[in-house]
Amino acid sequence: MLQLTCPWCGPRDETEFHHGGQAHVARPADPAALDDAAWAAYLFFRDNPAGPFAERWVHSLGCRRWFHAVRDTVTYAVLATYRPDAPRPGLAVARPDGETR
Amino acid sequence: MADPTAPGPAALRRGPLDHLSGALRAATVTGPRAVALTALPCRTTTALRAAPDGPVGARLAKVLGAPLPTRCGETARTDHGTALWLGPDEWLLVAEDAAPAPLTALDEALGDAPGQIVDVSAQRTVLELRGPAARDVLEKGCAPDLHPRAFPPGRAVTTAVGQVPLILWHSAADTYRLLPRSSFAEHLAHWLTDAMGEYGLPEVD
Repeated sequence: MLQLTCPWCGPRDETEFHHGGQAHVARPADPAALDDAAWAAYLFFRDNPAGPFAERWVHSLGCRRWFHAVRDTVTYAVLATYRPDAPRPGLAVARPDGETR
Repeated sequence: MADPTAPGPAALRRGPLDHLSGALRAATVTGPRAVALTALPCRTTTALRAAPDGPVGARLAKVLGAPLPTRCGETARTDHGTALWLGPDEWLLVAEDAAPAPLTALDEALGDAPGQIVDVSAQRTVLELRGPAARDVLEKGCAPDLHPRAFPPGRAVTTAVGQVPLILWHSAADTYRLLPRSSFAEHLAHWLTDAMGEYGLPEVD
């Protein structure tokens, strides 16, 4: 079982959490200006790396707060957990489209 | 059928475990590994949500007579019961009796700030598990470290016991209060009495 360190509650078992998909997906500033392909890319297309991956988790059986975790999808090691208003630690790279991965 | 001349709604209250009081008594374990489960009478419970720092936190602390706890696991004794930390901006105020909570004063302390003050007395049931074997019983179905060095009396966490989401409060030495949602109380009571049974038998090496 994974153990995740909730930024507010400390280390807890995976069963207390729910997974929320990829983190740091920036919502387009003006969705109405997008064509269908760009909107679909925002809505449905997610990274699928073999390696460190920033994802959202919610501590549903604890403090009920959302937070972010960087998890290695190959080893399942949780490399970092941090509050959702914090930047991704270490690896933050600002892209031209404003998205941070 | 409730007596229609009874004085007020409080007299009509029925606890979700009232029908199991005999079964809970029968499950009491005595001896060196004693453990007993009781359902405590209904008590006033108030949900508080507010920004913990700043003037609102200070005003709420003034009404309660003590500052609200600020970190996971912490509790604070106040003039109106014990405040349990549920989240960074969320607390549960659990009184020791059914006396009304100071809702109006708390609401005035909150003022226009974002948050809420709600009486949730019917939301949860309070079970008390007491005895030298109480921690052993809980550890069969509860993941957080319950050793007194990590979870001493006076601490409370939101977690699950036997897959039932609840607040687990170490209210005194060898005494744990479990606060599940009322609809989960019966399942939890059966789970706990089943888990308690073995402690009445001699220990096997």
